[in-house]
Amino acid sequence: MINGQNKSSIIRMFHVHKNYGAKKALANITLDISKNELLFISGPSGAGKTTLLKLLYLGEKVSEGQVLIEGVNLSRISHKRIPLLRRKFGIIFQDYKLIATKTVFDNIAIVLEATGKKRRFIEKKVKSILRTVGMEENLHSFPPSLSGGEQQRIAIARAVVGNPKIILADEPTGNLDEVYADIIIKLLKKFHTRGATVIIATHDKDLIRKTGGRVIHLNQGYMQKQPNFKSCSDDSQL
Amino acid sequence: MILNSKRAIQDILDHRFLNAVTIITIAISILIVSAFALFFVNANEIINPWKKGIKIMVYLKPDVSEIKIPELKRKIQGMDGIQDVRFISKNEAFQQLKKQMRRQSSLFENLKENPLPDAFEIRLIASSQNQEKVEMLAIRLESLPQVDEVEYGQRWLRRFTNFFNLFRLTGYTMGGIFFMAALLIVANTIRLVLFSRREEIEIMRLVGATDSFIKAPFYIQGLIQGAFGGIIGLAALFVIFMFISSSVKQGLSPTLFTIRFLSSGAFCGIILGSTFVGWIGCYLSLKQFLK
Repeated sequence: MINGQNKSSIIRMFHVHKNYGAKKALANITLDISKNELLFISGPSGAGKTTLLKLLYLGEKVSEGQVLIEGVNLSRISHKRIPLLRRKFGIIFQDYKLIATKTVFDNIAIVLEATGKKRRFIEKKVKSILRTVGMEENLHSFPPSLSGGEQQRIAIARAVVGNPKIILADEPTGNLDEVYADIIIKLLKKFHTRGATVIIATHDKDLIRKTGGRVIHLNQGYMQKQPNFKSCSDDSQL
Repeated sequence: MILNSKRAIQDILDHRFLNAVTIITIAISILIVSAFALFFVNANEIINPWKKGIKIMVYLKPDVSEIKIPELKRKIQGMDGIQDVRFISKNEAFQQLKKQMRRQSSLFENLKENPLPDAFEIRLIASSQNQEKVEMLAIRLESLPQVDEVEYGQRWLRRFTNFFNLFRLTGYTMGGIFFMAALLIVANTIRLVLFSRREEIEIMRLVGATDSFIKAPFYIQGLIQGAFGGIIGLAALFVIFMFISSSVKQGLSPTLFTIRFLSSGAFCGIILGSTFVGWIGCYLSLKQFLK
């Protein structure tokens, strides 16, 4: 735990570095994200956007520096507590990561099953979230039979069904046409207004302009802009 | 538990061929191992009455006087493992021999004197009816100054015991080999299933599923494979047993011995053993795969 943590902060990164062998993926990232913030991480391909998201849900470990989620230092988290950490997140992957052999219902239900929810609750909740994303008629469809936009909506439904505090979206509109991209962004904004902290990694400048929210820019692993940056560089806090 | 069982059954149905091969392999292993067990059970049934019939004959030297016989008998009776000692005088032995060889009575006509020695016939208590104890007792009896020779069917007993031990060793070795084979095949099947579902497992981890939630259906799958393999193996053994026992019954007197199937205890033990094989195979795979 960190002393003197900013009460409104949900994520804090201090001088974070991530290397893959000799290659630097992220360098000296210091970042403070508030609760219920809508944040864009922009930058070209290979800038380190996905890596940054992965560090948050422990898809990767930092090479140097500290990441804190709700005051919990991820460098000191035990293997057993990682699933509990991940339940704070709803993750939307660029490639959707839906299970092709399972129905839409099962793909979403898996999140609730993993947390031990009862069958009746799961059925009710999954149907409700599918209504929210406008996919209630595809309950028994298999992902390969759906379009890219539809699959992305299922991925969003899966990400938010467990009421996560933080939604991470990695290029959520990357493979979609404008119509579907608008639907997806509207959905993400909807969950943001419901109280979730939403972090979107994208290289789509139009999307950022249309949506609004704080933007940080990454280039070759370095953070170049952080307009609303709140200083948290006091190392003694760690 | 219900959810995990459903997921395990769904997995089995999704990978029917792989699971069928595993179950059949376990079944064959169980069939071979339990066939050895069945042989031991029935071999013991046959051997035990034979063992009960083991007796030691102690032949005395010709110069032992009749007066010393009761004292010698008391001495032998005081030894460990002895149930009963009966003195057979040389005359009694000669009469018995004549009776047994009635048809060859002409052989005895030219005998000027009784060639047989006085003897003691010794029966042993049940716990002493094994080769080591019989041999020990025979050595002690041979050391008595009045004793000329001790006989207890040494060769027969040794040969039979050696054969039985060799068969037992073969059984254990085969059991061990088939146990390992079944274990590796179960482990391999689970590994293949895990590999085919690696993406799904990765997704489950990312949405916050614990390792135990991910592992549970695989353990159930391993247990089902083991239990089914055991049941099928024993069912096959029962069919073979029925076939063989009906043939043996036709050829042998039922009073000599009856062939019996494994007891319910052994039956349950074997099923539990094969279920354990399924579980441990699964454990090995999961340990390696979900590092």
